[in-house]
Amino acid sequence: MTEGRPLIEATGLVKRFGSFTAVDGIDLSVRAGEAFGFLGPNGAGKSSTMRMIGCVSPVTAGELRILGLDPARDGPAIRARLGVCPQSDNLDPELTVAENLTTYARFFGIPRKVARARAAELLDFVQLGERAGSKVEPLSGGMKRRLTIARALINEPEVVLLDEPTTGLDPQARHLVWERLFRLKQRGVTLVLTTHYMDEAEQLCDRLVVMDAGRIVAEGSPRDLIARHSTREVVELRFLAESQEVFVDKLAGIGSRVEALPDRVLLYVDDGDAAVATVHDRALSPASVLVRRSSLEDVFLHLTGRTLVD
Amino acid sequence: MTATLAVFEYHLVGYRRTWRGSVFGSFLLPLLTMLGFGVGVGAYIAGGVGGVSYLDYVVPGLLASTVVQVTMFETTWPVLGNFEWHKIYFGQAAAPLRAADILGGHLVFVLFRAVLCAAPFLLIATLFGAVHSWWALATLPVVALLAFAVAAPTIAYSATVRSDSYLALLFRFAVLPMSLFAGVFFPVESMPVGLRWVAYATPLWHGVDLCRAATLGVAPQWSGWGHVGYLALWAAAGWWLARRRFQTRLFH
Ligand SMILES: Nc1ncnc2c1ncn2[C@@H]1O[C@H](COP(=O)(O)OP(=O)(O)OP(=O)(O)O)[C@@H](O)[C@H]1O
Ligand SMILES: [Mg+2]
Repeated sequence: MTEGRPLIEATGLVKRFGSFTAVDGIDLSVRAGEAFGFLGPNGAGKSSTMRMIGCVSPVTAGELRILGLDPARDGPAIRARLGVCPQSDNLDPELTVAENLTTYARFFGIPRKVARARAAELLDFVQLGERAGSKVEPLSGGMKRRLTIARALINEPEVVLLDEPTTGLDPQARHLVWERLFRLKQRGVTLVLTTHYMDEAEQLCDRLVVMDAGRIVAEGSPRDLIARHSTREVVELRFLAESQEVFVDKLAGIGSRVEALPDRVLLYVDDGDAAVATVHDRALSPASVLVRRSSLEDVFLHLTGRTLVD
Repeated sequence: MTATLAVFEYHLVGYRRTWRGSVFGSFLLPLLTMLGFGVGVGAYIAGGVGGVSYLDYVVPGLLASTVVQVTMFETTWPVLGNFEWHKIYFGQAAAPLRAADILGGHLVFVLFRAVLCAAPFLLIATLFGAVHSWWALATLPVVALLAFAVAAPTIAYSATVRSDSYLALLFRFAVLPMSLFAGVFFPVESMPVGLRWVAYATPLWHGVDLCRAATLGVAPQWSGWGHVGYLALWAAAGWWLARRRFQTRLFH
């Protein structure tokens, strides 16, 4: 391994399906040991990018190097060193939990005995050890997801690609997945993940790119991005009125930005409590007031004018 | 090669759960066949066909036609399902396998199944005295080739259509007529010339003629190597089409 060189490096990366451009010239570089995220709404091009990195989707234009290799030439060699958790699980429901891992291990040329040992170890890691002999079909969504993650680790990969690892899971199942991914990260495994949950991005990613309509609109650590593209605090005001829009003018000048959503108005300010006082001074009486810290959601709203999850 | 075998191994692990039922079927079916055709239909066809009893005539035909049916079942719903439902192939494509390995591993499994259903058929036919020659053992490689010739293009078809209603069409308009008219139950020569050539075009007729020559210990109606070459052509063309379909669907 070449120390210091990025594990994944893309310049001007493009993916087209016919005349439709799903990924529109993105640049990125992922370093060893880092947890790197793609944050973006539906259709942003996250999965298309992940599939190119996973060497199952040819690059339309631009440069892509993974582990220093060219996916067009060395696809299988690169895939041998990656772990992939796709957006939708593709486990075999007819096989047992353990068989799903041991048969998959064979695709990497792992000897049967080693495969069995690793499967047992990984099932313990994702807390499915007791289900090793049961079929996959009746497992819950969260268990299947954890099994898919275990399968992605069977070849001791240098980079793990996780496409929306927790979408569709209930909060408890989600936290369990986060906690396991966090442990992987601590072990020094490089993680690349996509999500449209800002809390997931904030919890797991050292660095992330915000993607929208095939382009990268911002890049940095979650903290950086918030500092650069938002204010320290946000005041959420709900008015009992048909349109929140009419309050934008009345709130002008409080803080650095006013943003009207269908059901509330957001004030971007440095001092929330002071801003609330000013609102009352202007004789406005919102039905509810909430002061909170800025999040990636606000960054996304600022950059694209839209909310992440609709 | 090892990659292809790893995929074959995966299919075998799945088969381990269902083999008991399928083995039972592959003994029961030929047994019913022998009774039905030997004792039942055979009794009405007093003179037999071409100098042999009707049972002896029909057994090699049914052997080939059973193999074709098993092959078609194994290469339709399972292939469509691996693309459209459980997306098994996509999981395999994320591992260091190539399209040819994923296709090849599944195909080897299908050939294995085909031979596995032919062997008990042959055994039971022998017990009923329908096998006249040691050449009958040659039916095993023959049905493997026949299965290849049928499996490869069928996989290409199943990898192209997006809904299983197209698979039912295949059985109605390809498998059923082929089983009836490709020389399984009666000589192709008793049909009008036009239909005869349709029968000659099917892979099944070539398999039937080879199997019949083998179990009866006589020369085939057509050149033996000609049959093999024709089946190999179907296999090669089907493989080429199927490999292209796998490549474009898994790596697009
Ligand atoms: N095989 C394909 N053929 C045609 N269009 C495609 C194909 N795959 C993706 N697209 C389109 O490309 C765009 C980006 O899709 P992609 O799956 O990369 O988005 P995403 O960010 O992963 O979205 P989601 O959050 O819904 O998973 C979408 O508009 C999608 O319809
Ligand atoms: Mg996606």
